[in-house]
Amino acid sequence: MIKTDILIIGAGPVGLFTVFEAGLLKLKCHLIDALPIPGGQLAEIYPKKPIYDIPGFPSVLAGDLIKNLEKQISPFKPTYTLGDRAETIEKQEDGSFIVTTKSGVKHHAPVVAIAGGLGSFEPRKPPIPNLTNYEDKGVEYIIREPELYRDKKIIIAGGGDSALDWSIFLTNVAKEVTLVHRRTEFRGALDSVEKVQELVAAGKMKLLTNSEIKEIHGEDRVEAVSVKHKTDGNSKIEVDHFIPLFGLSPKLGPIGNWGLEIEKNAIVVDNATDYRTNIDGLFAIGDINTYPGKLKLILCGFHEATIMVQSAYKIINPDAKRLVLKYTTVSGVTGFDGVKKEQKKAVIKKI
Amino acid sequence: MAEENTITLTITDREGETHEVEAPTDMNMNLMEVIRSYELAPEGTIGICGGMAMCASCQCYIETEDLPLPKMSEDEEDMLDQAFFVEDNSRLGCQIYMKDKLNGLKVTLAPESEVE
Repeated sequence: MIKTDILIIGAGPVGLFTVFEAGLLKLKCHLIDALPIPGGQLAEIYPKKPIYDIPGFPSVLAGDLIKNLEKQISPFKPTYTLGDRAETIEKQEDGSFIVTTKSGVKHHAPVVAIAGGLGSFEPRKPPIPNLTNYEDKGVEYIIREPELYRDKKIIIAGGGDSALDWSIFLTNVAKEVTLVHRRTEFRGALDSVEKVQELVAAGKMKLLTNSEIKEIHGEDRVEAVSVKHKTDGNSKIEVDHFIPLFGLSPKLGPIGNWGLEIEKNAIVVDNATDYRTNIDGLFAIGDINTYPGKLKLILCGFHEATIMVQSAYKIINPDAKRLVLKYTTVSGVTGFDGVKKEQKKAVIKKI
Repeated sequence: MAEENTITLTITDREGETHEVEAPTDMNMNLMEVIRSYELAPEGTIGICGGMAMCASCQCYIETEDLPLPKMSEDEEDMLDQAFFVEDNSRLGCQIYMKDKLNGLKVTLAPESEVE
């Protein structure tokens, strides 16, 4: 069981900055994120895009903002559960929470802050009837263990980098690799596209363009798929695995079943106080919450995080004296390793 | 045209219901934002990426042939390439900015691109 002071669900910019504000109050944080790296949509959707409305940064690339946030919070030693989705929450008798992830990791904390942004990123599933019935029975949206495909016949669908790269890689593992793409152009890196062309020319990979997979066949698991060509009609291909690789898209996911008040796919919070939800000790900050006048901006999420940790402190330290706001410029920042960052004292020389 | 700097659009939502709406041409709004502001698709199911042509949740089918739509950018083509239910007349609403010359535009929203 992982124990922490504030359990943050979502390691996007707002979740990361929460670690800093909590750290100033000597509260420890642990973050859970469905993606394998911190950064949320900034890392997944637009790492190379500039953001122009972070105060003090005329322009900053989304990926750089995340790197800077990680550096800023490093004195407070955040810990992570990455590549795993928060699935269930159970309130304990003492008011604390146990959050369990998809893979079964348990996290115990007196305060939970949902900074889930757009939701957790899940693989995009193509609209094929009965697709979900074959999940883990020959249909995989993410390649976790390439050895699973050793000497198997596989068919990959998609036109992006991951479809190209995995098709190339798996020609060395699988018995037969077929890549299916709806168009004739690929949007992947040029050398991946060239490598695919080479492999196709050498007979090591089959490429079906202008084609879509329309149907899956098989009793208990995938045995074949029907491929529809734009002009040439349907064909049936025998395969052991069908791997649709169409990128990721965000979903509110299991949080929607946590008993929270939800409005328009967002969690209703009290913005007059501290972004509390309808469940005591559970807060929602950043893009995932809603209140009258809500703006989905990173800078608003930073503010919400700062206000929220003040209340978290009171929940975690019910007997403590009133908190006095300390300015980092005056008091410096003392990390959990005892290292203090502060302004260098001026050297004064007497004449 | 209803009034100055306003055009009329016909939008068919995902339930098949058709709405005639007015859209301002002087507010730098795109089609996705117009659809959201009239709440013709539930929040969280359209414009997820904020209008960066990176999610295809605002995909729509253009039902008028004679209007001068902006040319497709490479980003938009790439995204439509990854989307589902794509037809020859598919466009991303977020890439179509409201201009006077688009008066009379008719579009149908594409289905939500996820199997639950």
